Amino acid sequence: MKTTITVNGQARSLDLDTRTSLLDALREHLNLKGTKKGCDHGQCGACTVLVNGERINSCLSLAVMHDGHEVTTIEGIGGEDSLHPMQQAFLTQDAFQCGYCTPGQICSAVGMLKEAAENWPSWVTDDLDGAVALSDSEIRERMSGNICRCSAYPQIIAAIRDVAGEVA
Amino acid sequence: MRPFTYERPTDVAAAVKAVAATPGAKFLAGGTNLLDLMKLDIEQPTHLVDVNRLPLAGIEDTPQGGLRIGSMVTNSHLAADARVRSRYSVLTQAIVSGGSGQLRNKATAGGNLLQRTRCAYFYDPSKPCNKRHPGSGCSAMEGLNRNSAIFGASDACIATHPSDMAVALTALGAGVETMTADGATRSLAVADLHRLPGDTPHLETNLAAGELITAVILPPAPPGGQVYRKARDRASYAGGLASVAVVGNQVAFGAVAHKPWRAEKTEAALAGGASAVEAAHAELAGAQDNGKNGFKIALVARMTADALGQASPGRGA
Repeated sequence: MKTTITVNGQARSLDLDTRTSLLDALREHLNLKGTKKGCDHGQCGACTVLVNGERINSCLSLAVMHDGHEVTTIEGIGGEDSLHPMQQAFLTQDAFQCGYCTPGQICSAVGMLKEAAENWPSWVTDDLDGAVALSDSEIRERMSGNICRCSAYPQIIAAIRDVAGEVA
Repeated sequence: MRPFTYERPTDVAAAVKAVAATPGAKFLAGGTNLLDLMKLDIEQPTHLVDVNRLPLAGIEDTPQGGLRIGSMVTNSHLAADARVRSRYSVLTQAIVSGGSGQLRNKATAGGNLLQRTRCAYFYDPSKPCNKRHPGSGCSAMEGLNRNSAIFGASDACIATHPSDMAVALTALGAGVETMTADGATRSLAVADLHRLPGDTPHLETNLAAGELITAVILPPAPPGGQVYRKARDRASYAGGLASVAVVGNQVAFGAVAHKPWRAEKTEAALAGGASAVEAAHAELAGAQDNGKNGFKIALVARMTADALGQASPGRGA
């Protein structure tokens, strides 16, 4: 099925089996291997990308559903010579060990900061009528869809806290 | 995953017609449950009708003072809506207690209501399950039933409905609007949407083939506090072992039955002047222990009494 998706600012036309997940389209058809396949069932968050600015699990979406959408992968977040502040913060805070979950963590964190900036509530938000303040418990709760088996969580929170402070 | 054909209509009537006319067809909304089950070969649709481009993603005030929520509003946008969080905080709380940020950005109000049980045996095609294969038996009955139903179960099935959102909607007395295969619209209460398992646990809702949920209708919020409590094995991103939604004197339980469970005996006890603890026990007296799920009975009783007290601090314990 013919599908055109704008990936990292570039329109990409593909002819796909309807079963192809957005994740497999990115990795196997567009050779964007930064987005990782972990569980392939929406449980680990390694495949997180931004679609029209919102973070989703690309493993639990069909590529054909995204015809005309704008997808941002870790390759579009920033490159070696143009690191996104979140990528730089992960380096500065040593927020990974093996690195496999890191692209998903970073895409998720970028999407999460936008959600918090738009004052979306979370389970640990006490005052639903007030402004969201990104405490550590808020960051933990909002990032619970991204698992790190090396358990770099304290550093991941530190990295996100650094960037949240910059944009706040 | 088995092969399927795919279409993406932009008109509600066309979408309904497409599913009704195609044996084996299903609607595809967020896909976070359906696609997962297709990967596991538990769902086997031959044709998917993608409803994501239908004009059903708005939230409007109703003349009655409630809200009309399009069925394609995502969980994230519904939970964050200013009207929902100020007037229906129980709904915001229930939604943000479910899934992860990524899933809530994809999942929809209609799809959430129609998600399927997380019973481990339903998810394991190597085991008998009356939902997957009617007549094959229920493996949970004498198996790992820690997360199984304590209300309304049958000899054929003790699975639970996993939605948090639906528990809040049930406590709020919400309804759904649908379009049927012939293009007609109808309304039914969320409490009447899901079925108890009986001897047909593979039939989970009272929707007809091809019928599409087009909106969720919230009545004006009744007076009184609103509380959503959820007990789970992890602090975040885990299904509930049990949950309790309190809206004034209206109470519903989650993860304890094949459908969101309106606690009518608790409500009647409250109306009769019972204390929160007495009212909680009024419903739990009818709960059933299958071996490993019995802990839910004391758990839900305590959560209910606590939630009732939190919703109405003046109420006696």
